[in-house]
Amino acid sequence: MSVTTLTINGRLVSAAEGASILDVAREHDIHIPTLCHLDGLSEHGACRLCLVEVAGSSKLQAACMTKAVEGMVVTTDSERLRTYRRQIVELLLAERNHVCSVCVANRACELQDLAVSMGLHHVRYEPQAPQLAMDASHPRWIIDHNRCVLCTRCVRVCDEIEGAHTWDVMGRGRQTLVISDMNEPWGDSASCTSCGKCVRVCPTGALFEKGAVATNKDPHFVTYLRMAREQKLWNR
Amino acid sequence: MSLLDMDERLLDLASLIDLVYSPIMDVKEFPEGVDITLVEGAVANEDNARMLRLVRERTDVLVAFGDCAVAGNVTALRNPIANPLPVLQRSYGPDPSRMPGLHTPDAEVPPLVTKVENLRALVRVDYYLPGCPPSADLIFFVLSELVAGRTLNLQSRATLG
Repeated sequence: MSVTTLTINGRLVSAAEGASILDVAREHDIHIPTLCHLDGLSEHGACRLCLVEVAGSSKLQAACMTKAVEGMVVTTDSERLRTYRRQIVELLLAERNHVCSVCVANRACELQDLAVSMGLHHVRYEPQAPQLAMDASHPRWIIDHNRCVLCTRCVRVCDEIEGAHTWDVMGRGRQTLVISDMNEPWGDSASCTSCGKCVRVCPTGALFEKGAVATNKDPHFVTYLRMAREQKLWNR
Repeated sequence: MSLLDMDERLLDLASLIDLVYSPIMDVKEFPEGVDITLVEGAVANEDNARMLRLVRERTDVLVAFGDCAVAGNVTALRNPIANPLPVLQRSYGPDPSRMPGLHTPDAEVPPLVTKVENLRALVRVDYYLPGCPPSADLIFFVLSELVAGRTLNLQSRATLG
């Protein structure tokens, strides 16, 4: 396997062929914030939090979607990047009804953690306050679109790991919505196997268990499943 | 109430400040020339808006105190419904006679605004003190720094909810 050498934050690092900038950074303990990325699932590039600067390009690149290339010079942390990442989190918080104090995922939420890690103590954008529904038709779980950040982790885990493809995305722009089957109530879904993987990977309070406060999210089981299936390694 | 959780530290603060106005003090008019004002709650009715503008005019340092003041929070949960009438009907039932103030808003029962706003939507806010409720430690830190005349950077102390 050929090895690629590149520079991240002034450090010379080596990467396996085909690795993304995010993969390489993680391997070398260089922190890049992410939200839609989840180890074990395909990349989606939706949240844009992993934007990095690549020398020679005025465009910022999503680290999860950009392959590491020989001689590449990458910056993962700068005033410009911090400004954009902060704006992204603020826009996510303003887009739907993220009211942490009354959310089932309060203190167990990746969006909240991101905001806190960025020192965000207020949102500068006007809250959009859209009127969005909850679907509580499934016997065990609820989807609350008010808390959804459209990361599509649920869609990908359902398709790629469970193989059911119950979830998908409908509409565009601010009308975008995660739907089950052909936009039918989740409880009526013929394809849903009630495995609960979507609930465990959801980074916010958009998917949660009925009657559970601060749902115990556990997105890392996806890597465990992948290791078990592909390498027959059953280590937790 | 989380102010009271500062416990004996309140006594240290008390020796440094002059408390000139509070909703539980018998002071009719918000005084002029106030150094620091903590404003809690969002702007949910017309009187809140009037009061907030007056406070801003008469205060040097205005602190948005708690998540409702900072972001609307629970108070703004009704915003997706927009018009206050269905909100009141949901709370008090469909019978208008059981909804005092809805048809005859007056000085005692100010009319609700259509959209609940956080403070910064109406006035300039100097500091955001988040939390639901803010922790006593954070309140003490902010107050003691402000009383000492220092400027604050609250980024490392950010919280939500």
